[in-house]
Amino acid sequence: MIELAFVLAIPFASAVLLALFGHRHNAAEINSAGSLLTLLAAGFLTVRVISDGPMLLFTEQFFVDPLNVFLIALTALVGFTTSLFSRPYMRVEHDHGRLSAARLRLYHSMFQMFMCTMLVALSTNNLGILWVAMEAATLTTVLLVALYRTPASLEAAWKYFILCGVGIAQALFGTILIYFAAERVLGHEGGALLWTHLDAVKTQLEPTVLSLAFVFLFVGYGTKTGLVPLHNWLPDAHAEGPTPVSAVLSGLLLNVALYAIIRCKVLVDGALETHFAGNLMMGFGLLTVVVPAFYLSRQKDVKRLFGYSSIEHMGLITFAFGMGGPVASFAGLLHMTVHSLTKSAIFFAVGHAAQMAGTQIIDNIKGLIKQSPTIGWGLMLGSLAILGMPPFGVFTSEFMILTTAIKHYPWATPILLTALGVAFASMFHKVQGMVFGEPTVKPLSHNPALLPVFVHLGLVLMLGLWIPPYLAEWYRQAARLIG
Amino acid sequence: MSLSLANTIPLSSQMINLCAAIMLLIGFAMLAQRRVLTLINLFMLQGFVLFVSTLIVALSTDQSHLLWSAGLTLLLKVIALPYILHRLIRQLSVKWDIETLFNIPTTMLVGIALVVIAFNVAQPISQLSGTITRATIGIALACVLLAFLMMITRSKAVPQVIAFLAMENGLFFAATSATYGMPMVVELGIALDVLVGMVILGVFFFQIREQFDSLDIRHMERNKEK
Repeated sequence: MIELAFVLAIPFASAVLLALFGHRHNAAEINSAGSLLTLLAAGFLTVRVISDGPMLLFTEQFFVDPLNVFLIALTALVGFTTSLFSRPYMRVEHDHGRLSAARLRLYHSMFQMFMCTMLVALSTNNLGILWVAMEAATLTTVLLVALYRTPASLEAAWKYFILCGVGIAQALFGTILIYFAAERVLGHEGGALLWTHLDAVKTQLEPTVLSLAFVFLFVGYGTKTGLVPLHNWLPDAHAEGPTPVSAVLSGLLLNVALYAIIRCKVLVDGALETHFAGNLMMGFGLLTVVVPAFYLSRQKDVKRLFGYSSIEHMGLITFAFGMGGPVASFAGLLHMTVHSLTKSAIFFAVGHAAQMAGTQIIDNIKGLIKQSPTIGWGLMLGSLAILGMPPFGVFTSEFMILTTAIKHYPWATPILLTALGVAFASMFHKVQGMVFGEPTVKPLSHNPALLPVFVHLGLVLMLGLWIPPYLAEWYRQAARLIG
Repeated sequence: MSLSLANTIPLSSQMINLCAAIMLLIGFAMLAQRRVLTLINLFMLQGFVLFVSTLIVALSTDQSHLLWSAGLTLLLKVIALPYILHRLIRQLSVKWDIETLFNIPTTMLVGIALVVIAFNVAQPISQLSGTITRATIGIALACVLLAFLMMITRSKAVPQVIAFLAMENGLFFAATSATYGMPMVVELGIALDVLVGMVILGVFFFQIREQFDSLDIRHMERNKEK
């Protein structure tokens, strides 16, 4: 119990602290320290859940089970590594005069607040609080995306706010509908929004209401996951915000939105006893894999490029959970993990590459490997990993998704393979141009923190070769929960 | 028949249905309104109707937490947000702005179609509903869709935000009147989010005008696919 309180309280306290002292010189260190403490608390929480099993806390408003504890741990880990990366990155931005001390204070404070909202969203048992936390996450990231106050960043933030605001309003309507259905079974006082209660009575919930509710919830949280055709905000927000923000947006926020969809899917599956929710997810998942794959080759901005790649992978994960079953759900969870680790590592490398080149335009970034071998190799290996090359973990999960598709939905396999092939061709070509060739890039004024890049890629490599038994067991339990 | 039916329906439900009808009417009025100032007043009125209907539900079902949410609605939707909006348009000197809208009759017709769709979608639910406020969930959905349409047809920043808030009104209406109240903690959270969002947007308005010399969203088209 005390562990979860710490997991939620530390980021909140850090946010308050940084709102007061975020302009000081050592704000970045406070930020990292706060994130490290959160990670430690999340680690203890994980150990506790492994030994004691799922638990309900704080008058049942919060709960932790195998599904969300692994996401909490992942969120805390990537949050910590991102804070390490952001320390030199933001100093360089400050030196270049792109950010004032007041903006840095806003950045540090909102970064911690963002972590806090995501951790609340992941650990809450109340579907209403889940919605509130998702909306709060949107608000904090709107401020982060608009941090530079350039016309382009304001536009991106406005688009992000309006699109996700509308989307998430749909999700609220879906939540109300679920309450409407559950209240008839559980009554006013029965905790009709608590997920564990809903899960216990899911077979008695009215199917027509639940299927309508799922459509609204799927559209709502799907907007935030970046599913086509509601993905427009995502590349802009990734390109215009500071790179640490792109890393946590891609690596964490999309996962959290997807987690909300999965939780709702479990309820709807129980009430409907048909594959309605799964079919919806498979359809939109497939569309979301195919469309961005063809957009990749047209991108000129490197962060937009990887933004589109994130959309594609979210589509793949949605498709996997849509297929359902132990193998596909296992693969979906694994893919969530490896995508989040790999994509944030790529953004770390890309961020410094863009700083060295002074631009995010792909054609103007050349010869990274000669000027700074670590950044060059980090970007190259990260891209290979995200494109699904063995022996990285992305290959394992994609292989599992594809084999399940071959077995149960053979018609989908050629579509998926084509999209992955197109993505490979267009992205590899672009990354190659940036990494090799005669350098146009200059060294940085601060030493970049590249340890996170290789730690992440190392973990992804490990997950490709060998998944530790307890982790596999954990995935299996979570996959059983999802069904 | 209709007379006897009217006699069997309790007064409170009739009042809620009346409120629902007014909500929808205001939704249409906002859709057609071109003046920013009047738009804010309409939004305030909608908030007030929402407050009244929540109050009726609270009194007729004896749920004390709904009284709190009625108070919250009054405070936030009728007093705080309109006040912030009024101050904003004064500071931005867009108080007397008139927007050129494309073809209001067409927009209204699309609006009517949306209401029909909303009622159709909500029909299976209304049939299940034991409460006599069975039409309200359809109307709430219609209000949400009308606000959505308004958001699409407007190009200025302030009306877009008012549309966003009107959408929130429709959702609140669904939560309080159709289902007889969501848990309080959720409503508090939603209210807080709306307020924070409004403040953030207020700051944004100034930034946008500074950068683009206008609050017209059409001026920001640079990020389109190059």
